[in-house]
Amino acid sequence: MKALVAVKRVVDYNVKVRVKADGSDVDIGNVKMSMNPFDEIAVEEAVRLKEAGKVSEIVAVSLGEKKCEETLRTALAMGADRAIHVETDAKLEPLAVAKMLKTIADKEQPQLLLLGKQAIDDDANQTAQMLAALLNAPQATFASKVSIGDGEVTVSREIDGGEETLALKLPAVISTDLRLNEPRFVKLPNIMAAKKKPLEKLTPADLGADTAARLRVVKVSEPKARQAGVKVADAAELVAKLKNEAKVI
Amino acid sequence: MSVLIIAEHDNQQLNPATLHAVTAAAKLGEVHVLVAGSGAAAVADAVKQVAGVGKVLRAEAAHYAEGLAEELAPLVARLATDYRYIAATATAFGKNLLPRVAALLDAPQVSDLTEVVDGQTFVRPIYAGNAFETVQSDAEKLVLTVRATAFDAAAASGGNAEVLETEATPAQNLSRFVSRELTQSERPELTQAKIVVSGGRALGSAEKFNEVLTPLADVLGAAIGATRAAVDAEYAPNDAQVGQTGKVVAPQLYIAAGISGAIQHTAGMQDSKVIVAINKDPEAPIFNIADYGIVGDLFEVVPQLVGELKKVV
Repeated sequence: MKALVAVKRVVDYNVKVRVKADGSDVDIGNVKMSMNPFDEIAVEEAVRLKEAGKVSEIVAVSLGEKKCEETLRTALAMGADRAIHVETDAKLEPLAVAKMLKTIADKEQPQLLLLGKQAIDDDANQTAQMLAALLNAPQATFASKVSIGDGEVTVSREIDGGEETLALKLPAVISTDLRLNEPRFVKLPNIMAAKKKPLEKLTPADLGADTAARLRVVKVSEPKARQAGVKVADAAELVAKLKNEAKVI
Repeated sequence: MSVLIIAEHDNQQLNPATLHAVTAAAKLGEVHVLVAGSGAAAVADAVKQVAGVGKVLRAEAAHYAEGLAEELAPLVARLATDYRYIAATATAFGKNLLPRVAALLDAPQVSDLTEVVDGQTFVRPIYAGNAFETVQSDAEKLVLTVRATAFDAAAASGGNAEVLETEATPAQNLSRFVSRELTQSERPELTQAKIVVSGGRALGSAEKFNEVLTPLADVLGAAIGATRAAVDAEYAPNDAQVGQTGKVVAPQLYIAAGISGAIQHTAGMQDSKVIVAINKDPEAPIFNIADYGIVGDLFEVVPQLVGELKKVV
């Protein structure tokens, strides 16, 4: 079966972003960008399913600026077979992304659609669920274990009190949690080989998509800063402070 | 302009997380709450007593029993005709369900909102809480998930809402519930606890994690949290993870033992009223946000702290 994996280019998770002085956005000029960590896990899972003989072809998709090509090359180096880049400079909301992925899925007919549970820039946690709704497909969000059976896929998912397991009819949409797998380190020969793999270019117009923002960002601001407090000498002093000064015990 | 809130429950009890969404929604208009389940009459009874709830809509069907998004989303989308706002708390349940509803309604969603400025304007965290964006929308319908720690819980009593039965939507049968394993704990629920004691990788093993943190949690009546590193190393269960990708907590007191203070962790606890850090590295970033810090070996400091606490609480 075919698997479709959606990947996003985001500010590297180690970067501490700063808000621009004019409050219009965060400043991401000249900061390190990389594949969203949850999407790396999605690619890894697809590749493992291919290695296990369950998946025959992996199509990686990314939507956004020209440099998303690099993110797709990374996915190809990890083991995806081909890539689709929907190039646009528009800032895409999850609903717009889900609609474009739906159009691509209608054409490609994947049985498995793998996405990260959230992008670490907008922290929205919406796209996979929206895509599942548009496809009228079942969803398993926050997946920690995926096993493909006959005509269905069994997924364990992380929930607030522990874990639950669902069986989904195929085609199905799965969003990955951190504990699903440990993504592989990409080796140089694979990076070289990835340069030769097919990468198709599309535009939102090709997909008949409207990329207009439905939510207007009015302002981006710094979080309320917490001040460093005091260091205390020992446990006795700490307990005295918590009791008499902070009054929290 | 009324708001439809989706109640989270296990068919027996209302999850108190829902009460926080009621408070946020009350700023937008009259609050109605949907209780969809199987044999969930007790939940509807509990919801109708919640202060600030105007109406309870009750939908009963076997296929609503496990809270599957595929089954609930068509019901919510049908009921949404009468509402401008559809909301739930940003728990695993709310995060799973609401975007599916939003797509069915072709409506934008504001995730994890921390402030309702007015009927069109909301504030929410981005980049692991390193920035907050104010978003505005005049969309006909808006879907909202509410960060529980940013709003007080509505009072569970004092209300007397009318309960209306609503017809169930047909079963979708796209997915099937197999099993659920919940972590058993006598402790307060992490996101609702007044005191949270958390440990990181420095604890070294699951045995040490429990041996060191359990007496501290016991003496304080606290919930136990963990960093991603501690969870990955299996010192603590996954659902104890506090941070950007785990739970967001804002207790009265948060004690971070052996936690360096990476942004992915602090995203989940920096709104705590008082933060205490115990770390042997005086340069650890956690000290930049801690109200009280002790530089020292947690294996010595925590037992001493337990001893001192026993004298006063």
